[in-house]
Amino acid sequence: MITEIGAFAAALALALSVLQGALGIALPRSDANSAAMRVAALAGAMLVAIAFAALVVAFVRSDFSLAVVVGHSHTDKPLMYKIAGAWGNHEGSMLLWCLVSAVFAAALAWRRGAQDEGLWRRAVGVQGLVTAGALIYTLFLSNPFARLDPAPMQGSGLNPLLQDPALAAHPPMLYLGYVGLSVPFSLALAALIEGRADQNWAKALRPWTLAAWTCLTLGIGLGSYWAYYELGWGGWWFWDPVENASFMPWLAACALVHSAIVTERRGSFAGWTILLAIIGFGLALLGTFLVRSGVLTSVHAFAVDPRRGIAVLVLLALALGAGFGLYGWRARTLGRASGFAAVSRESMLLWNNYGLAVAAGIVLIGTLYPMLVEAFGGGLISVGPPFFNATVAPLLAALFLVLPFGPMLTWRVGDLAAAARALWPALAAAVVTLTATLIASHGRAAPALGLAIGVWLVAGGLVYLRVRLRRGEGGPLRKLALLPLAVWSMSAAHIGAGVLTIGAVGETGFRSERAAALTPGESIDFAGRRVTLLDIGAVEGPNYSATRADFRVERGGEIRTVSAERRFYPTAAAPTTEVGILSDLDGDLYLALGEPAERGSAAWIVRLYYNPLVQFIFYGVLLMALGGALSLTALLRRRSEP
Amino acid sequence: MRRRDQRLIMIAIAAAVLVAAITLTLVGLRSSVVYFVKPSELAEKAQPGRRIRLGGLVVEGTLRRTGTVAQFSVTDGATIVEVRYDGLLPDLFREGQGVVAEGSWAPGEAFAAERVLAKHDENYMPREVTEALKQGGEWRGGRPP
Repeated sequence: MITEIGAFAAALALALSVLQGALGIALPRSDANSAAMRVAALAGAMLVAIAFAALVVAFVRSDFSLAVVVGHSHTDKPLMYKIAGAWGNHEGSMLLWCLVSAVFAAALAWRRGAQDEGLWRRAVGVQGLVTAGALIYTLFLSNPFARLDPAPMQGSGLNPLLQDPALAAHPPMLYLGYVGLSVPFSLALAALIEGRADQNWAKALRPWTLAAWTCLTLGIGLGSYWAYYELGWGGWWFWDPVENASFMPWLAACALVHSAIVTERRGSFAGWTILLAIIGFGLALLGTFLVRSGVLTSVHAFAVDPRRGIAVLVLLALALGAGFGLYGWRARTLGRASGFAAVSRESMLLWNNYGLAVAAGIVLIGTLYPMLVEAFGGGLISVGPPFFNATVAPLLAALFLVLPFGPMLTWRVGDLAAAARALWPALAAAVVTLTATLIASHGRAAPALGLAIGVWLVAGGLVYLRVRLRRGEGGPLRKLALLPLAVWSMSAAHIGAGVLTIGAVGETGFRSERAAALTPGESIDFAGRRVTLLDIGAVEGPNYSATRADFRVERGGEIRTVSAERRFYPTAAAPTTEVGILSDLDGDLYLALGEPAERGSAAWIVRLYYNPLVQFIFYGVLLMALGGALSLTALLRRRSEP
Repeated sequence: MRRRDQRLIMIAIAAAVLVAAITLTLVGLRSSVVYFVKPSELAEKAQPGRRIRLGGLVVEGTLRRTGTVAQFSVTDGATIVEVRYDGLLPDLFREGQGVVAEGSWAPGEAFAAERVLAKHDENYMPREVTEALKQGGEWRGGRPP
């Protein structure tokens, strides 16, 4: 019964979102139509929420008359993963996509703020059509409410790799980011339909872009962290096409966050901001296509129905076609450029956008190239880390070299000499890092440069904070308290980028790994630590049985223990690895348990990894997300003031 | 400096960055792409020192371990190739099932794998393996996963 209510609510929401689109775009402008559009948006969001709640209830109750529940759940699963199972599959995740889009449409409709009414109602209308497109796709091509008759007694369970807190939160976060980019897209189309974009429009755009970027940052970070501790390969980023699918919209969102600042503060870059918003949402849809269509082989690609891939491509073509078409037709009416010098805040933000856009282009080429080669009969190939490390890394390095100058320069015309004088401590710190790393690593230039650039970013962010603090009045505490939130947020995000760089370069450049066959009681010396296998035994978990190895790790007289497991889930008939990680300031010792070395022997294969500075990666991600959240708070606080 | 000169400098830098990025991309696509081969194509397509991906089925009863080194044979139904790998095999590695080994090969030697990829879960088979098996006439599944 609840399932029928859910399916009915989703169908009704589709009708309402189409109505919302018509009221915003096609029908004449009137107070009555605007009020009706608001009501349609709110009711639509509530109905999709009811539909999604119905799906969650079906998962919690293990209602095996639903095909998705059978495919992705099991009565023995802990409650948290029953709930997370609702979006841990293709159909449910698409309904989540619809839910986020509908809720954003309602938020856009009910928080008009200072926006121009014409622009605002167009944006709400376009957002209604985005929701409608997602709902059509969900209901007709991946219906989560499809029944199975007769209903089986038991489900086949959720992939045990996915039964993990980080991964329960990973899809909703990514979707908030992906769908979050649909709002800037709607605002961009609204500006093109009306043929104008004012500073209030840019003001409305910024919080959405920031929220989308922050959620994407966290979502990608969670996925990376999960890959690090769950897959047991010791890595955190593999340049897998699926990862690239989320990285490209992230790069576009990052550029958009910065270009929207120029459009709001200076009124320029409006055309570029609009184009970027269209590209950003296009890349988010492309990401959805790559992940959901089955053209890629990966743990994410669970849609094998080719019609689905084609349908996403049609939606992508519609969105990009409408966007670029309108852009070509209207872009010239938007122009209101205000001049700026080659050294100014504007030019730095321009370089930021240029670098990020070129990086997104390279990632796009590297991701699509294997598909193109295969389509033209060139055989199967894969483009992996060596390609991306040789292309994206130098580009980002160049971008990071100029980044600390950005906040130090003023609008219109900046003083490069003054900025350079202020930044000299950061330069000194970078040079010291470079020299020390070169000596310690016996002349390995690339990682040494990478670490130096990371330190340059962190120190540059701190210098900026100090400069802004000095500018304040009163005692030190008063200065600290009076520092605007925007200064804190920018510093946190830029320092976070530096911390992430330090971690990524440290891990990639200086990691070491080793495989060993150990019998209980045997020791091995690895990365300055003595690792002893203490014991191996069987343990029982709530819905799995496991082989557990306990290790003693000795380092400079300090002794700690850690254990690693191989788990067997009866529902999955395949073991999974639970690694043991000991984190220190300098890096992680990472232990994965393999199989018995030989038949009948007491020795087990253990893989040992030393991942220097790897935790910096995740702290960097958190700092960047914190920066985004602080900036969002500052913008929303400003908006609520008269 | 005049505004027009400043603009020219910016355009010049932007063009230089773009040229560098395009060059790096083209060189990267030429040199660091990893080709996929079937066991029967190995002798023809492998060049010493170049990374390739070898895909096929693990032959039943061929897995041997000596310490941390695992050796097994991979087939596409036509040719059998010996693979040597020092390290942990993936959790889903099984005899008689699909596998992709990334590494290098020289005539007269075993394929030296640096990475071994197996299925991510029980429903998923690497697409390269599916293709290799279909062409070798070994494909027994229904529709391709």
